[in-house]
Formats: sequence, structure tokens, C-alpha cells
Amino acid sequence: MYRPCGVFDETYAKNIAIVRTRQHWILMVIGLLLLLTLPLYCSGRILHFINLLGIAMITAQGLNLLTGFAGQISLGQAAFLGVGAYSSALLTVHVGLPFWVALPSSAIIAGLVGIIFGAPSLRIKGFYLAMATLAAQFIIPWIITNVRTDLTGGSQSMLVPAPKIGGFILKDQQSMFYLIIPITGLCIFLIRNLVRSRIGRAFLAIRDNDLAGEMMGIDLMKYKLLAFFICSFYTGLAGSLWAHWMRAISPDQFNLTESIWYLGMIIVGGMGSMIGVAFGVLFIKIIDILITTYSPYLTSFLPPQLAQDAAAGLTPFTIGMIILLFLILEPRGLAHRWEISKAYFRLWPFKY
Amino acid sequence: MLLFQFLINGILVGGVYGLLGLCIVLIYKSTRVFNFALGEMLALGAFILFTFIDTLHLPLWMGLILTIPVSLVIGFLLERLSLRPLIGQPILAAIMATLALSLVMKGVIFFVWGSPTISFPQKILPGEAMVFGEFFLTKELIWMFFISIAVFVGMTLFFQFTKTGLFMRATAEGHDVAQASGINVEKIFAATWALAALIAAIGGIMLGNRFGLGIGTLPLVAIKAFPVVLFGGLESVGGAIIGGLVVGILESLVGGYLDPKLSEVTPYIVLLLILLIRPEGLFGLKRIERI
Repeated sequence: MYRPCGVFDETYAKNIAIVRTRQHWILMVIGLLLLLTLPLYCSGRILHFINLLGIAMITAQGLNLLTGFAGQISLGQAAFLGVGAYSSALLTVHVGLPFWVALPSSAIIAGLVGIIFGAPSLRIKGFYLAMATLAAQFIIPWIITNVRTDLTGGSQSMLVPAPKIGGFILKDQQSMFYLIIPITGLCIFLIRNLVRSRIGRAFLAIRDNDLAGEMMGIDLMKYKLLAFFICSFYTGLAGSLWAHWMRAISPDQFNLTESIWYLGMIIVGGMGSMIGVAFGVLFIKIIDILITTYSPYLTSFLPPQLAQDAAAGLTPFTIGMIILLFLILEPRGLAHRWEISKAYFRLWPFKY
Repeated sequence: MLLFQFLINGILVGGVYGLLGLCIVLIYKSTRVFNFALGEMLALGAFILFTFIDTLHLPLWMGLILTIPVSLVIGFLLERLSLRPLIGQPILAAIMATLALSLVMKGVIFFVWGSPTISFPQKILPGEAMVFGEFFLTKELIWMFFISIAVFVGMTLFFQFTKTGLFMRATAEGHDVAQASGINVEKIFAATWALAALIAAIGGIMLGNRFGLGIGTLPLVAIKAFPVVLFGGLESVGGAIIGGLVVGILESLVGGYLDPKLSEVTPYIVLLLILLIRPEGLFGLKRIERI
């Protein structure tokens, strides 16, 4: 990690601290206070959006660990989200487990499914691995739609009860906010620590060159499968939250386009950068919400059928264009821009 | 007897899958990019013919002839605008670029042709059924199979006897070596994409004639091409047709004997097994990695 001029570490404890300076502490406390009191002065729609961001953030951080840090590609992210959502729904509705048991169990189930589809990564990489995870993207929704339709409701949507913790029933956006945001924070904190541990270093070595990593004593099988497990675990957690937050899930919520979006988020944000992923999630979700809100106005001059088609085409077109432009013009993503602008303000009024 | 019926159906459909696989193999062989946007390329080709013969009321033969240069230009532009700036970038960039391309093309198709599934104003291929003893065959499928085979033969001849074909084979061997021997590799990339777009248009027209034209139908058929190429090996043109036949037969047998719904995912289950057992496919090149 690059440090600005004049910041020194005098003790070992200071060297490994996540929150480093007094300014950081002040900013963090203010930020946390603002975040946690948000429901007091925000409307339900904004809270809804923030909850959506929180869930997407968990998924994207998991994918970033797999793709950005460990260098393995997953095109099946939405399918693993579906595994988490459906296993949590089945566990609460048909098995009758309480929500606080179903949440971690569905994450573990998703993690195990992730290991199954990640297993080919031991022998293949690149496009072949993309294909293996793409297979997950088709097989898992098919299983949800066609096997045991009496439990999942097939292609119809399945209703999920509101989560109940102790005596509290979390049924509005406000209470879900206090469930989702702490979990998101915890997930980000854990990944932040993980990537600078032995495991994280091993992931980086595998990403840069897995053969070379193996030569240096990294157990490829263990760490590749671990990367898939952690990624799918996070995704399953997000899926479970998604199911109990949306309260109705159907297989078409977990399609290939959704998976491409998650990859798009980490590309826009900057691969292998945690703050970058946060930017990417925010950027793509805001674009999405802008399009869905304003496309009726943009297309209102067209005849109704045409307007509907144009509005439907606007989202994939814009997101695809954004991903392409970022790939071509700024492959290091928003994280790189963030570093540049930070350096600019730090050095101002000097150029360098 | 039922078995033979399923086998023949599988072989006929498999030929078309092989053709789709050929598009992917062609691009992968010379540019090392896996084209995930194949489905939208198929749909685009079919919709262009639709525009010529339905909106502009041209006769069918003229529409077909005009589709050729238009799809060549589209393939060229796709390469020029999106893939060329990414030459030399990591592999994820190439994957994401074609995935993003598929989103962009889907958006364009929504803008221009709308979402409902439509069909050509006239049948492109004769559609009546034929009865041979106990077999039922539709003429359409037989036509589709033989057109696919014709394209295969044409491509093989093209690779063997034309200069561009020779350059493409050289580029497939190694980009640097080809460039060092005086081949303009970037031009070859563009030519490959143009050619693949043409083949995709042929496939799209045939499939659109059978299943209807729509952003919902054609990409769904196209994703069957992915197991096909993995089965045959990403580098092998001959492997594409054999992979196509195998996937077609498997799908037909599973659909006939076990469960029609299961046949949708059979190719993917086979794909996972292939990847675990023989990752380079039947005829693919085994890569030896060095540090």
C-alpha cells in the first residue's frame, strides 16, 4: 500500500492497523454515525436503494475476491445468488428453521455449490473456466425451475416470509436496513483483512502466475477451491438477504445478464481494489436506477409499443457500452481515478 | 426404429450446431478471443435479411445477396471498434468485451426491431414433411444440414487454397511469428471477424426461419454452440462439426427417451464432464505452460 509523504509507522500495531491516522478515525466515526442514523431522515425509497446497494456490495466484494484477487473468472455469480436465495427460502418455509440459522446455512450451501462448479479451475483457466461457470448459470436455474416444482414453485415466484429475529419481525425497509448494513460492513471488514493475510497473498500469487505460485509452495487446489468457496459463501449470504428482503423470488431474477452486471461492476470499479468495487457497485446501480426512472420520459415521443421496446433496450445498451468504454479507456477502473484525484488534492497547488 | 428417428434428427440438428461452433472456432483460432456475442450476431444477421425482404420489399434472392456485404461490414466494425483496442490486455478483458458487446447488440436489436418474436414474410427453406418408410423428416432440417455442410466444405477449401486462408492459418499458429513473416495480423483479425459474422448470418437466417426471429429465441439456440466447441476443441474446425453432431444426437436422445426438459441442460452437463475429464476437448491442442 502506498502511503502519502509524512505518514510513518512507529510500532508494529500501527503498521497493521486498518484505520491509520486520527483523521481516518474522525472521518470513520462521523461516517458510521451518519450511516446508522440514515433511516431517521431518509424516505423509504432511498432506504430501499441503500439496502439494494448493500446486498449488491456483498456479492460484488465476493466476486472481486475471486476474480480480482485470485484471478479466477466466474460467469455464474447470479446463479450462486439464486442458490443462496432459494436455499434460504426453502429452509425457512419448508424446513421451518429460524432466519438466523437459515442465513449462514444458505451461505454454506452456496459455498459448497461454488466448490462443485469451481472444481474444473484446477485443470483449466481462462475461457475454459468461464465456460464451466457459465454451465452453472444454466444448470442451476434449470434445477430450480424443473426439479421439485412443488417446493420452489417452478418458474413462478416463490413467496418468502419476513425475517424474524427473536421477537422482532423485520418487515419494513428501516428494520431491514439495520440487518443488511451491519452484515455488509462486517463482510467488507473481513475481506479487507483476508486479502492481506497468508490466504490473500496466496490468491495474489495464483492470479499473477499459478504455476509460479505452485513452485513456491502454494497448494493450488486448496487455495483455488477456497477462493471459490469464499466467493460463493458471500454470494449465498447476499442471496439469502435478497430473498428475505424482496420476499418473492423467481428463477429469472438470477439470469446471465445479472452475472455480467456483477462482472461489469468490478471492471468499472477496478479489479482487485476494495474501494473500487464500492465505486463500481454505486456507479452501475445509479445508472440503472436513472435509466429505469427516466427512460419513460426519453421515449415518450415514440408510439407506445416502440417506446416500450426502446426503454427495454436502453438498459443493456448503456451498461454494455459503459463496460466496453471502461475496458478500452480506463482498464484500471474508477479506483485508479480515485487515487489520481486524491494525489491531486494532496499535492495542490503543486503539480507533483 | 424410434432410435433411428432420434439419431437422424440429432444428426441433422447437430450439423447446424456445428456451424455455430465454427463461428466460435474461427474467431478463437486466429484471435484467441472467445466470442460470447454469437447469439446476438445470429439474430442481427437474420434481422438484416428480414429488413431487406419485409420492410424494403426486395425479392428473397436480392435480400440474401445484400445480407452478405452488410454482415461482413458488421463483423469488421465489431472487431475494429471493440476488440482491437483490447489486443494484449488480460484474458478477462476479452471475455468481458464480447459479453458487453452482446449486451450492446441486444440493446440495438430492441431499439430497431423490438422485442416480439416475428417470422420471415416467406419461408426461406421449403418446410414440408417427408415420409421415408417409418421415418418422418422435414425438408427444412435436411436443407439446413446440407447448407451447414456446404459452408464447412467451403471454409475448408478457403483455408486450403486461398492466400487469406493461408494467412489465417499462419496467424492461428502464433501472432508474433505471423507478424514477423510479413502478415498483417490486424487485417487478418478483421477478416476473421467479418467471415464469422457472415457465417453467423447464414446460421441466424436458417434458425430464424425455423424458430422465429427474436431476441428471445436465437441467442438461446446459440448458447448450445459453447458445449459444441468445448467438445471438439477450441482450435479444431473438424472438431466443431463432430462436437455439433455429438451434442445434437445427445440432445435428441435425452429429449426422446428421458425428458424433453432435461435436453435443455444436457449439453451443459456434458460440458462440465468434458472440462473435468479432458479440458482441451477431443481435437484441441494441449497447452504446455512454461514460466
